[in-house]
Amino acid sequence: MRTQTSALRSKDLLGIEQLSPDEITLILDTAEGFKEVSERPVKKVPALRGQLVINLFMEPSTRTRVSFEIAEKRLSADTLNFAASGSAVEKGETLIDTAQNLMAMRPDMIVIRHKYPGAPKMLADRLPASVINAGDGSHEHPTQALLDAFTIREKLGRLERVKVSIIGDIAHSRVVRSNIHLLTKMGAKVTLAAPPTLMPAEVERMGVRVVHSLDEALEGAEVVMMLRIQLERQGKLSFPSLREYYNTFGLTPERLRRAKEGVLVMHPGPMNRGVEIASDVADGPYSVILEQVTNGVAVRMAVLYLLAGGHLAE
Amino acid sequence: MNVKKRLLDRTRMQRAIRRMAIEVVERNRGIEDLLIVGIRSRGVPIGERIAKEIEQMEGVSIPFGILDITLYRDDLTTIAPQPVVKPTKLPEPIDDKVVVLVDDVLYTGRTVRSALDALIDFGRPKRVMLAVMIDRGHRELPIHADVIGKTVPTDADEVIKVKLAETDGEDEVLIMEK
Repeated sequence: MRTQTSALRSKDLLGIEQLSPDEITLILDTAEGFKEVSERPVKKVPALRGQLVINLFMEPSTRTRVSFEIAEKRLSADTLNFAASGSAVEKGETLIDTAQNLMAMRPDMIVIRHKYPGAPKMLADRLPASVINAGDGSHEHPTQALLDAFTIREKLGRLERVKVSIIGDIAHSRVVRSNIHLLTKMGAKVTLAAPPTLMPAEVERMGVRVVHSLDEALEGAEVVMMLRIQLERQGKLSFPSLREYYNTFGLTPERLRRAKEGVLVMHPGPMNRGVEIASDVADGPYSVILEQVTNGVAVRMAVLYLLAGGHLAE
Repeated sequence: MNVKKRLLDRTRMQRAIRRMAIEVVERNRGIEDLLIVGIRSRGVPIGERIAKEIEQMEGVSIPFGILDITLYRDDLTTIAPQPVVKPTKLPEPIDDKVVVLVDDVLYTGRTVRSALDALIDFGRPKRVMLAVMIDRGHRELPIHADVIGKTVPTDADEVIKVKLAETDGEDEVLIMEK
């Protein structure tokens, strides 16, 4: 049997920041092969047979958890879901103790979602299993950025020089952080727009353009990513009212006309309809929001597959 | 690796493929329900050529598909790094079809075992046939080819290299020494 060589350098996927453009391309190319698996009559391949994947979700998540679980099942891995509620975490167990106890059950991979930035890295440094970051606080959400990139590349045929505008709650978003790393590494042109209270200071140093009005951000954009206003991370609102936010930064069909013909409208979900995005746009002809969800499974299959199996050091 | 011997040149490969095409039609007693499926990667150009030969002989177009067997390998968890996964493309449902699997070299039989598992996940063919350019022996599984371009007795430390114009720039089959 012939083996083509190419691999990820790390045993873990902790963020996009550590990945090289070649590694990103490898994941996206591999995901193309996996997208086809989900279209078969039998949507399952035996690649990860006998491997145990633990989904450790210490923060609420539906979309990402379900997407990972489907990806794991389509690869024939055994899966175990572990949530913070109803577990020993509620009795005061630390993350390290939880992880070491789970490790004693010999998982091959751990998918972790945690409210604290760096929690996945802490596990990755201590455990032999591969650790996949499924979102850590406001730090990174690498598989979301990868599925966004996969969707853009599939629709537009490239990432290089694509004009991407990301609009909304930049300050609290791990999705935007991962996306900025990925898109700038791949040569896309990124513009951010948000009310000043939701725009982190000196974010330009990440190689992006910052504007303060929605119309300016939409001008000529090929991709518009709307971010969810994360009420749960803010404590109190950083702007006068949701109504006012919608009037100044909400994406409506009229305002979208400023974008380039054939623009892609994306949203990582869950959406606040009537806050950051109008229903007419979310359900409209330019929306690829549901395709993002479909592509998420293929991209996560690719990541699981590439991290599984033999490692180069062995 | 040193080239030990050139087993086939361009002309002899073309002749072998033409004969393989004839044998496929003969064994199937015609072209009814025929579906040619190349195993990635070098089974693909060989399969395409067989399909083209049959089309020229019979004057009818023959459906052709591509099978990627990577995810069905029995050594996935032990080899490193992970082999590249590419899409499988089948032009139509395989139910009740006569599927001709095509590969370049038949050796241990493990690739064919993987290919059969992969194929069955797409449906229930009426029959599956196997056509290979080179049969070099040393089987590790009870698998045989129905149509063979050339049978070559080999030692385990030898490597058979099938080169094709589509992927390698020229047509030839070499026997190499490790």
